[in-house]
Amino acid sequence: MQLNRVAVTGISAICGLGNNLEEVWANAIAGKSGISKLEMEGSDSWPVQIGGVVRNFTVSEELMNLKDQDRFDKFIHFALHCANEAIEESGLLKAGYDPYMIGSVLGVGLGGFPFIEKTHQTYLDKGARRVSPFFVPSFIPNMATGKISMKWNFRGTNHAVSSACASAAHAIGISASEIMLGRQDAVITGGSECVIGGLTIAGFASMKALSKRNDEPTLASRPFDRDRDGFVMGDGAGILVLENLEKAKARGAKILAEVVGYGSTADAYHITSPHPEGEGTIPCMLQAIKQAGIKPSDIDYINAHGTSTPTGDIAETNAIKAVFGDHAKNLNISSTKSMTGHLLGAAGGLESVFCVKAIQEGIIPPTINLDNPSDGCDLNYTANKKVDREIKYVLNNSFGFGGTNSTTIFKKYEE
Amino acid sequence: METQEKVIKIVSEATKVDASNIKAETNFIDDLNLDSLDMVEMMMKMEEEFGVEIPEDKTEDLKTINDVTNFLKTMN
Repeated sequence: MQLNRVAVTGISAICGLGNNLEEVWANAIAGKSGISKLEMEGSDSWPVQIGGVVRNFTVSEELMNLKDQDRFDKFIHFALHCANEAIEESGLLKAGYDPYMIGSVLGVGLGGFPFIEKTHQTYLDKGARRVSPFFVPSFIPNMATGKISMKWNFRGTNHAVSSACASAAHAIGISASEIMLGRQDAVITGGSECVIGGLTIAGFASMKALSKRNDEPTLASRPFDRDRDGFVMGDGAGILVLENLEKAKARGAKILAEVVGYGSTADAYHITSPHPEGEGTIPCMLQAIKQAGIKPSDIDYINAHGTSTPTGDIAETNAIKAVFGDHAKNLNISSTKSMTGHLLGAAGGLESVFCVKAIQEGIIPPTINLDNPSDGCDLNYTANKKVDREIKYVLNNSFGFGGTNSTTIFKKYEE
Repeated sequence: METQEKVIKIVSEATKVDASNIKAETNFIDDLNLDSLDMVEMMMKMEEEFGVEIPEDKTEDLKTINDVTNFLKTMN
């Protein structure tokens, strides 16, 4: 069976680095940190008081009326905001596709946790009669795609993917597959997450997963560095418009990149620790490379999962060495989480946006705060400064709790 | 604040419709385009603000600002 080629025709992002694609990318290649001290109610007593929060953002009333702005959790606001920017760039609304052939699949790891926390408090204080009828719609992970479908009348496949920190990467892989198989002409995909709050921080902190560098927020996320002490939570979204490449070409769309490979595996090992021999992540990368029809040595850049946890960064480095052999040293690797923090379910969306920009611009965003590479972290992580490099193939890794792994490969578009 | 004024204020805040555009005869469904979930939320706010409990079988009859105002007056 001949599979359709998949084009990326629009991208958008929001995170601690900025509220639109241009700002986010400019700050990423400048090596800025989007991590800051939290200023939330009660946050000065939390064990961790830093995060990559989105600041000064209000979704436009055209995308979400004032009534809805109060009723829906922030990950839904981010999703509509970014979907709008990506759709505008793509020109998708002028394509004339059958609405049933335009889908929306987004990765959401936790969903509307802040509203769950808030409403639970109302329930305890005031009882069941005060729980809003909008409570359930406010937090369910698929409400982001639901709202997208309603806003633009996209009637194709519509669902959320939830695989913790691999959610958005899985969503992109699944969306590309829908187009490859001819089941959809276009899919809005990526991920959105906004869960920084007292309860989530307590939960991740209790696992010893978070950096406690409360006094130096901008230095806290330091993947592959000797002094890293855990990840930093981030809020935001990264959204892509994927399209059947031949149809996109026929309508004269600008093609930003191609999605050519997708791998997806499980460690089958531990709820939170990566498999020490990379028995999930190595086959995952190899699957994606195989689907792309290339050799490992064709990859130029890896946007790593690289969360800044002591075990995760080493495990990923070892897995990369196992997959790429001698070529591992020639790769540019970077973890943009050093600047954005870890967007959990949205991470793979934001990082795929970075991958597409890297291809378009020939610029690799850096891993900041990498001052002293940790023992065993001896690859080229694009430390502290962006690198100019002509890129043909980029590989993006996203791994999640539950031992779930996802790899996607993007390619520079050539006729 | 008079009961009606207070009702209008609550409805205005919940619907984001300017209070000057909400009158005694304003109908929640026909004029303000509210759906069943909106109605539940609004009645909840009335209960909270007025410290009353509106029986579920009663809410169906409350179609206008006037209906709600009159009903609340009977509760006090």
